[in-house]
Amino acid sequence: MFDALSDKLQGAFSGLRGRGKLTEADIDKAMRAIRLSLLEADVSLPVVKQLTTAIKERATGDEVMSSITPDQQVVKIVNEELTRLMGGANVSLAMAPNPPTVILMAGLQGSGKTTCTAKLARHLLNEGRAPMMVACDVHRPAAMDQLAVLGEQIGVPVHLEKGSTDPVAIAKDGIAAAKRAGRDVVIVDTAGRLTIDEEMMAELVAIRDTVKPTSVVLVVDAMTGQTAVDVATAFQDAVQFDGVVLSKLDGDARGGAALSVRSVTGKPILFVGTGEKVDALEPFHPDRMASRILGMGDVLGLIEKAQQTVDVDDAKRMEERLRGGNLTLDDFLEQLRQVRKMGPLGQVMGMIPGFSKAAKMKDVDVDERRIDRIEAIISSMTMPERSRPDIINGSRRRRIATGSGTTVQEVNQLLAQFKQMQKLMKRMGKGGMPSLPMGMG
Amino acid sequence: MTEQEGGEGLAAFAALFGLDAPAQDAGAEEGGKRGLFRRLKENLTKPRQAISPQLAGVYQSKLVSEDTWEELEEALITADCGVPATMDLVEALREEAGQGRITSGPGLARALTDEIGNRLASEPPRIALGDEPTVILVVGVNGSGKTTTIGKLAHQLALLGQKVVIGAGDTFRAAAVEQLQVWAERSGADIVRQSPGADPGAVAFDAVVAGTARGADVVIIDTAGRLQTQHNLMEELRKVHGVTGKAMDGAPHHVLLVIDGTTGQNGLSQAKLFSEAVPVSGLVLTKLDGVARGGIVLAIHRELGIPVTMMGVGEGVDDLQPFDAKGFAEAIFSPDSGSGG
Repeated sequence: MFDALSDKLQGAFSGLRGRGKLTEADIDKAMRAIRLSLLEADVSLPVVKQLTTAIKERATGDEVMSSITPDQQVVKIVNEELTRLMGGANVSLAMAPNPPTVILMAGLQGSGKTTCTAKLARHLLNEGRAPMMVACDVHRPAAMDQLAVLGEQIGVPVHLEKGSTDPVAIAKDGIAAAKRAGRDVVIVDTAGRLTIDEEMMAELVAIRDTVKPTSVVLVVDAMTGQTAVDVATAFQDAVQFDGVVLSKLDGDARGGAALSVRSVTGKPILFVGTGEKVDALEPFHPDRMASRILGMGDVLGLIEKAQQTVDVDDAKRMEERLRGGNLTLDDFLEQLRQVRKMGPLGQVMGMIPGFSKAAKMKDVDVDERRIDRIEAIISSMTMPERSRPDIINGSRRRRIATGSGTTVQEVNQLLAQFKQMQKLMKRMGKGGMPSLPMGMG
Repeated sequence: MTEQEGGEGLAAFAALFGLDAPAQDAGAEEGGKRGLFRRLKENLTKPRQAISPQLAGVYQSKLVSEDTWEELEEALITADCGVPATMDLVEALREEAGQGRITSGPGLARALTDEIGNRLASEPPRIALGDEPTVILVVGVNGSGKTTTIGKLAHQLALLGQKVVIGAGDTFRAAAVEQLQVWAERSGADIVRQSPGADPGAVAFDAVVAGTARGADVVIIDTAGRLQTQHNLMEELRKVHGVTGKAMDGAPHHVLLVIDGTTGQNGLSQAKLFSEAVPVSGLVLTKLDGVARGGIVLAIHRELGIPVTMMGVGEGVDDLQPFDAKGFAEAIFSPDSGSGG
């Protein structure tokens, strides 16, 4: 699935090296690769056209034509154009000069509004503000309960009126309640709506006109396809939103919708939702998003993923032990498990640039099973064996092999590899940490 | 009822589940029959959401030229069919044109809907009900519409006189159980639930056991939404599937993957990775509101051959319908669906 654009461009330009100058046909071939890559990333067609025109203009300039590495030059241009289109550095949410700041949440059904409302509230709470949430979704069964439960989880009060069918009235009461309670930010959650549902759109407009929000925030699912443009236009026409939260970006969606929405409406993307937990909301980084859309790997994302999943204390403790040169099989096992916590190896490796091409992902599954066996072997050892592998003699090896359902050869192999690793560690002494997760701690 | 009427009204559900169509419904059927596709088409013909201008251009052209093919290609891409499925379709139609069978825009339109209809209809998905409860596991990413789909499905089954037990297996999302409870009450289905945070496998097991004990016809098990890349959650899903099989041999009989109609190419990854974890037997395509055209099912069908079982076109309880490939192709791609806009 990760056909990085750079791979494709290398294909388009293959046979070119050594030949010197690029021809018009070469550029067209490259443009086609770019076009397909953007479409596969769900960038909307009109936006793709606009982009390829801009890119082609630059690509036919001297910087590419006379370059020894035209593919890299083109990738650089594409990356720059995408980043530029997404609006440079990240933008923060506007706060009202006179509190309370009112934020109105809007979006399609299932885009993640209610979850994002809670995430945003929690984010503001962490910034030292006193948010309140207002539950205006009177349509979806139990939507109010959902917000109430989330509010309890994050310690933010929720205004709701059970049994009410008038979201405008709830919103109005909610603002009043927030003022009385001295809350300085009010986030109004609304019902999800289909873009063509005029009644529901009218309801949203009525809520907006009543609460006069400081900002209207549109929640857009990162997995949205070509319709992102229609969705953004419909909401823009109806309520003129001020910013976007891109939800569900923790999956493998390339997220071309981000580009479409930004390009069509000119509104900035404020945050991205990156996980199930209520604290999984991050500022938006246009440059990272550009790399992601291009399928060029996401090193920063990988680092963050490691930071999320690796227990910092564990990592520190291990680092200390390693600096002492005492790597045990237990440490080794723990390391393996930490890496695996980040997800399937194939996916983790897919985030590393170049790997998407080098390691065809199917082969990685095999390794996954081998790691299962390594885990089983170490788990079948006694504690003393794990800390002092030297004591593992022939009969112990047989026992371990039987216990783990493997063979003595496999046990031997693991022990030999481990010994090498230990040697390496000792040699590194107080040097840098060779393996990934510890370095991240 | 005849086969080509399938896809509309309660009778279509009766056909999907191999049940007798309710006789007294004959009059109402006429309304329901037109209902779904009329609604879908109405949505499509609203000016702003009119089908891509490219396709309107295709249908109006008197001759089929290179431009026509390019316009067709763009129209399919815009409908989220994805590049490979689009190329396939265009290639097939070009071949027909090469043999002189397509000569004009309207002819191309007919050939396109036929081609799409034939592709998607190649495996008519059917959920046969037997003596023992038929167990259906419903899976999908967050916000795709699983719980709503289950609610509507339970409602339709209840109308057909079937006893339904729902397993509230989404123990993660706040108030998901309450949402399902409301739907269960509306349709008179039994619900099996545990406290929030409970083991979803245990809920699934209990639901199947309860379904068997109470003589249910269908047991529908909800699951928490999960992104297909969340390794641990996919493992959990695998476990829920396995545990269901321990409660009854051969269960679950069907695994339905719910896909949001606005989903782009990521839908392919969803179908692939969910299928790796559990044997997905059918797709439910939701929220086809006219803007979302759901072309991703073509990409999924091309790559994995998973048939579409049901589709949802709106928010009403009757807006979930068994999938009808031809009707879908016509509503989404036919010339009179949007060229006026």
